[in-house]
Amino acid sequence: MGRMRAVLAWSVFAAAIAVPVAVALSSPLLAWRQPVYIAAGLAGILGLAIILAQPLLAAGYLPGLPTPRGRRIHRWTGAALVGLVLAHVGGLWLTSPPDVIDALLFRSPTPFSAWGVVAMWAILAAAILASLRRRLRLRPGSWRLAHMLLTSLAVIGSVVHAILIEGTMGTISKWLLCALVIAATAKAFADLRTWAAVKRLKT
Amino acid sequence: MTSILTTRRGLLRTGATLAGAALATGTSGLLVPARAKGIAPTPSMRGGSNNYLPDAPIVERIGGGGFWMTGTVRRAGDGAPLEGIRIQIWAHTTEGHERDPHSHGATLTRADGTFRLEMPQIVPAFGQPHGHLAYDSGDFETVFLRPVMGSASDTSLSADFVLQPV
Repeated sequence: MGRMRAVLAWSVFAAAIAVPVAVALSSPLLAWRQPVYIAAGLAGILGLAIILAQPLLAAGYLPGLPTPRGRRIHRWTGAALVGLVLAHVGGLWLTSPPDVIDALLFRSPTPFSAWGVVAMWAILAAAILASLRRRLRLRPGSWRLAHMLLTSLAVIGSVVHAILIEGTMGTISKWLLCALVIAATAKAFADLRTWAAVKRLKT
Repeated sequence: MTSILTTRRGLLRTGATLAGAALATGTSGLLVPARAKGIAPTPSMRGGSNNYLPDAPIVERIGGGGFWMTGTVRRAGDGAPLEGIRIQIWAHTTEGHERDPHSHGATLTRADGTFRLEMPQIVPAFGQPHGHLAYDSGDFETVFLRPVMGSASDTSLSADFVLQPV
């Protein structure tokens, strides 16, 4: 029974990532894009996949990866997410500099750009804070609150960004992946009693 | 003599007449300045000038064609159609990126102020299937437009210019 559940959990997780990536890789739009543009788009999709993995790893939901091991991987995947975000923005910049400059300056005609840029800054801020956590000697409650606020912003920003884009991702697999991201994040925050830490901080 | 004002029905009728008069005056009061101002010039759209390459050549069509960019050009104020106005067009299509010179071309408006230029199918890029158009010839204020297609499968797109003389 336990083994069956583990296989099922990993299968759902793997499919939630593999199916949207496979659909995107078979998009007809790729035929009319340069390699750097294709790579930039793919980096964004893989980033969204990592955003799904992050709460699962942090809360130890993935069978075989309980909290201490999961947390260690969470840090590495967090670093990988930063790399993917930079590759995403950098690749788009090479493809069309004025569109990316407009996005970064929040003057783009497309609303999803602003959501994406907000998510980018939230991810970078969360990563910087995580790397300075020891040096800043943050109290566990303060750290959790700050990490939760930044990652919530990153999740919401990334999901809205992805949903609003008409790109290589398939509609159904994109919506399913985004729904899983929201559900996993919400459950992890609830289970990790982040709000309890916030309440303790207040008193 | 004053009985019509003292009955309830009379009061209502008087009120309705007064309200009607006020409405008529009010409406015309709003319309007059609007008519005096005339047709307002089209403002440039956000991101409209992205990947603009000035002086795109006037062409029969851009690339292999199959997609139509259409529109009108009128003068601000009186709304008169403008003939011989050079409109530059570019987009991410099945034949090239926005930055590729061969994705750019220009056409001239006809006597009725309309223009149409055949070009390759526009495909979604940077999250939306969209085209770019520019008026940048000097006699009127420069305008950059960035219309978005209702659906990526559309085979035409239109954009209208109202130009402000300089």
